[in-house]
Amino acid sequence: MDSKKQLRIATRNCGFIDPENIEDYFGVRGYEALANAVTASTPAAIIDEMKKSGIRGRGGGGFPTGTKWSFAAANQADQKYVVCNADEGDPGAFMDRAVLEGDPHSVVEAMAICGYAIGASIGVVYIRAEYPLAIKRLKKAIEDAHTYGVLGNNIFGTSFSFDIELKYGAGAFVCGEETALIRSMEGSRGEPYTKPPFPANSGYWQKPTIVNNVETFANIPALLVKGADWFSSIGTEKSRGTKVFALAGKIKNVGLIEVPMGITLGEVIFDIGGGCPGGKKFKAVQTGGPSGGALTFNDVDVPIDYDNLLAKNSMMGSGGMIVMDEDDCMVAIAKFFLDFTMDETCGKCTPCRIGSKRLYEILERITLGQGVEADIEKLKMLAAAIKDTALCGLGQTMPNPVLSTIRTFEDEFMAHVTDKKCPAGVCTELLEIVIIPEKCVGCTLCARICPVNCISGKVKEKHVIDQAVCIKCGACIPKCKFDAIVKQ
Amino acid sequence: MSKITSIADLKKFQDEFKAKQAATAKDKIVVNVSLATCSIASGGKTVMEAMKDEAAKQGINNVEFMQSGCMTYCHSEPTVEVTLPGKDAVCFGKLDEAGARLLVQKYLKSGEEVGVVIPVNYTRVVL
Repeated sequence: MDSKKQLRIATRNCGFIDPENIEDYFGVRGYEALANAVTASTPAAIIDEMKKSGIRGRGGGGFPTGTKWSFAAANQADQKYVVCNADEGDPGAFMDRAVLEGDPHSVVEAMAICGYAIGASIGVVYIRAEYPLAIKRLKKAIEDAHTYGVLGNNIFGTSFSFDIELKYGAGAFVCGEETALIRSMEGSRGEPYTKPPFPANSGYWQKPTIVNNVETFANIPALLVKGADWFSSIGTEKSRGTKVFALAGKIKNVGLIEVPMGITLGEVIFDIGGGCPGGKKFKAVQTGGPSGGALTFNDVDVPIDYDNLLAKNSMMGSGGMIVMDEDDCMVAIAKFFLDFTMDETCGKCTPCRIGSKRLYEILERITLGQGVEADIEKLKMLAAAIKDTALCGLGQTMPNPVLSTIRTFEDEFMAHVTDKKCPAGVCTELLEIVIIPEKCVGCTLCARICPVNCISGKVKEKHVIDQAVCIKCGACIPKCKFDAIVKQ
Repeated sequence: MSKITSIADLKKFQDEFKAKQAATAKDKIVVNVSLATCSIASGGKTVMEAMKDEAAKQGINNVEFMQSGCMTYCHSEPTVEVTLPGKDAVCFGKLDEAGARLLVQKYLKSGEEVGVVIPVNYTRVVL
């Protein structure tokens, strides 16, 4: 096992410097990229460097960052804005919080660089109010940057001035979508709107606005100090650099990892993650949170980059990776994510508002054993329709968990609807808890623990579970010393 | 302190920091405690206080404590990285108050590794 598969660029300082001490950040060549930019370079040259590096947005969509910046730079306006999207909301994702709590200055510095490149003097960080420590450290970073003069008026003695303020999000998932985020910053409901106009042309208060994710920003000081050629030497042809992932779920080494693009799924799960605990078989991993999809044990050789994940009905997303093992039911997993998006849909467009509800209902029906074979086709059709017609990224990607699980686990869906069985043993309505007569010695332990008294049998006689009464709580299973009780 | 108005000013800060670091590395023990939200939740602050207290009890006076952000090892929080003078940093995980005190008694005092040692599993870009 190669122990050095990770490469840390965005998280280069996390865990190594005191995030509340700006001098620590100076010590690791902090604010040098900004200094070089404003004193010795031009906005056009910086944007060129960004384009040359090939860096793409780390928030999910993967749009080329340099190109985005060039759109905003080309617009004439009395005011432009730089927005940092720190509204991290995917279940199981915490990359942005880690960066903001471990190295806030790298984000502050990169936002100022972006401001210089596009001609903006104001930056706004839209951050979840649920991240109090990240907010505290970010505020301190901004204050200290002011004190030392690397933020504020006439930065490094030039005519460039830049300031950053904070806006707090109330924790709506949809507000991570850039147009909804802008609406929310303006004090309106966090509802997305149709693009165009793109924020780079008309965004926050109808001014040209660049919205970039925390991780994208955190890469930029390193990219500019070491150069675009260095950055583009890492990763794959269309996805340069590294990506931070939060490994969670059924994995031994739960944690934050940063890996070069193009690393295979297997390397992430087994070499870095250490595989599933308890020797269980790896089944699938949900990438991209509720907007992403499942990569499976069939995909362990897939190199992870933006395009390969899209081809698998998933997406890079912001970097949550939820690992599932053989004990997880894929129908239940798809239902879990649909439950999340059904709650989080803003309700503005019909495909997302009603489509999510209908998808969820079908999935629920299947897990309850009331599904029919036609439901699977229905799921596919509805998912495709939602993908094509929903207004924003949330709606368009919401069917992904369904599509990608059906892609590989259609047999598991079929087992639910035709045999009324849940192969992973998760969907309780489809389970039977039975006593294997050959193993039962008639000790009566199970009958005594049963809360509904549905186990009958006398001492030293074979016991039987009355399926009509059993509530499938499973309390009897661990009680049996002879492993005679099983779920099936 | 003075404002930074030029690259030269910034370089001065960099040099000062490096000089300070070099001086520390010579004869000080650096204890770097991961204190992100999650590390604090799993007991990082307790570990830091216990180590401070134990270091004082043991009469080890050349310890410099610092806080940092996420060390990325969720599976082994709370984590602490200890750098003995002239040695590479070693990261210890799954600490609690007792483990933290033992770490001071053993590793800080005599360089004897105890508890869960987390191997370095990454290459870090250093600017």
